[in-house]
Amino acid sequence: MKNNSSKSTSLAVRLPKCPTGIQGLDEITGGGLPRGRPTLVCGGAGCGKTLLAVEFLVRGAVQFGEPGVFMAFEETEAELKANVASLGFDLAGLVRRKKIVIDYVHIERSEVQESGEYDLEGLFVRLNHAIDSIGAKRVVLDTLEALFASLPNEAILRAELRRLFRWLKEKGVTAVITAERGRDQLTRHGLEEYVSDCVILLDHRVYEQIATRNLRVVKYRGALHGTNEFPFLIGAEGISVLPITSLGLNHKISSERIATGIPRLDAMLGGRGFFRGSSILLTGTPGTGKTIVAANFAQAACRRGERTLFFSFEESPNQIIRNMHSIGLRLEPLIKRGLLRFHAARPSLYGLEMHLATMFNEIASFQPRVVIVDPITSLMDAGTASECKGMVTRLVDYLKAGQVTTLFTSLTQDNHALQQSEAAMSSLMDSWLLLQDFEGNGERNRVLYVLKARGMAHSNQIREFLISDHGIDLVDAYIGPSGVLTGSARAAQEALEKAAVLASQQEAAQLKREVERKRAALKRQISGLRSDYETEAVELRRIAEQVGTRTFVLGTEQAASGILRQADIKVAAITQKKPRHGKGN
Amino acid sequence: MKTKTVRRRASDSHRRPAKFWQLRLYVTGQTPKSLTAFSNLKKICESYLKGRYRITVIDLLEQPQLAKGDQILAIPTVVRKLPKPVRIIIGNLSDTDHLLVGLDLRLAD
Repeated sequence: MKNNSSKSTSLAVRLPKCPTGIQGLDEITGGGLPRGRPTLVCGGAGCGKTLLAVEFLVRGAVQFGEPGVFMAFEETEAELKANVASLGFDLAGLVRRKKIVIDYVHIERSEVQESGEYDLEGLFVRLNHAIDSIGAKRVVLDTLEALFASLPNEAILRAELRRLFRWLKEKGVTAVITAERGRDQLTRHGLEEYVSDCVILLDHRVYEQIATRNLRVVKYRGALHGTNEFPFLIGAEGISVLPITSLGLNHKISSERIATGIPRLDAMLGGRGFFRGSSILLTGTPGTGKTIVAANFAQAACRRGERTLFFSFEESPNQIIRNMHSIGLRLEPLIKRGLLRFHAARPSLYGLEMHLATMFNEIASFQPRVVIVDPITSLMDAGTASECKGMVTRLVDYLKAGQVTTLFTSLTQDNHALQQSEAAMSSLMDSWLLLQDFEGNGERNRVLYVLKARGMAHSNQIREFLISDHGIDLVDAYIGPSGVLTGSARAAQEALEKAAVLASQQEAAQLKREVERKRAALKRQISGLRSDYETEAVELRRIAEQVGTRTFVLGTEQAASGILRQADIKVAAITQKKPRHGKGN
Repeated sequence: MKTKTVRRRASDSHRRPAKFWQLRLYVTGQTPKSLTAFSNLKKICESYLKGRYRITVIDLLEQPQLAKGDQILAIPTVVRKLPKPVRIIIGNLSDTDHLLVGLDLRLAD
């Protein structure tokens, strides 16, 4: 006994789970439904209860090798087979191969007369027989509540239902019991009272003409589970519950950088482009070239040999291909090589959750490294703001978990004010580029700047964004005292500056020439003066020589005459000679 | 309980062959409810249909596959196979009035 109880507590800690194989449901419930216990699936009409139950059985039989019994209280076997065949479930084949038993239980109240006491042993016998005949591990009771309409005595029915659930547990089968949603309680007849291990609520809501299905795990005894409402959809491959993502924020992070396809933009982003696995938001007013930037990014990815998935919600793929061709971007070869795939859908085609699921399916099948959503804002029309944020969060989570780099374009109406939705969405994004129009001088010019780029140094400058036949070019916009100038104004300003520079250059050259000329003149003058001086010096020397010679001659003559007269004349000759000499100097 | 067929043919059966009654009683083993139901049913048949009825008792514990055919859920269940239309009475048949209404005997007699 003690042994037994300790075993049961250890079981409670790690409750064995029975995987449903339904996309997303196992993630929410942490592995599936409680094994060997009944699970109640309730919801209003047409919200997919039966389908969920059928899928549980079919996947159990096909994927997990667990045969199942489907006890139908509402639909006949033939109806059921036909209904689910449209979803790709080969129920008839599984029945033939003895993987699934369908037992249609039907009682017409008007045909039944009650007389005295009875029990539902017949139901037990049938169920038991069905289970044992194929060794079933899974059981579905599809709308057991139909019994309340068929059997008049509710007291007996309730007692028997309680017994039935206990019996199912003892039998060790994992059971799914569907029930109609009640007004004040989960089910119309209070079945939740008997099935207390796991309760899943399905719901079908219409908001602004768009229907959304939601799934919520109301209760899961002994296990952690996501408590939120998760949108789900019934697609071509059955039910998929969203998200398929993890419930936590623990993505693997890459520090690898990938080029944007526009070298100048790479330069603005610290020279190396975006981080791999990051999410990028590209907002812009109409006609600012969002799709072009996106297509460039796609092309760059494809050139690196990475698969790229392009979700287009505005233009058809052919239109994008044609338009990109006009700027010299050829996308068809990339598509032919299987590197680029387009998925185009009108946003109003179906609800958000359907979009999200189709996107997930596409992503799962194509396994891209780069995803482009052009534009994400179109999807905003398909749901409420909070739904949209939820959807984008799921998408971002999903893509980040797979290290897929994603570029979302977003259309803004106003020229400046960022819209509410964007502000909300931007917090999910790692990088945010803004494309804007500048109007002036009778023209519109595009500019681009980086609003944010988590984890990298990035330029704070506006670049003018030019689109030509050769593609995109980013040019420095003119930023000066007269504001930001783009387009022809920028060109004019540049020309003006060029002219001014030229003029000052010319002026400088002229000044230089003038100085040169002056210097030359001065030089000439100096050399003239010098030659004058030299002539004069020569003249002076000549005079001095002449004077000397004359004095000598005179002296000689005087000396000769002195000799002839008397000696003191010599003195007179010296005194005469002195002033003459000084003048000469 | 073994499946057994109780046949009571009265001498006047050849006079009203159209009114031959074929009844099936579904039980699961010899439970008190089953035994009560059988004796109640037999009693009514003896008093109203003497000699022109046949009760087939089917034990679902032995032949569970037979439950599907007559859409048996409740135990015990009596199915009037003949005369047509098929009528179903559930319970241990202790409520004789309801049983007679169910078998459509009240108007017949």
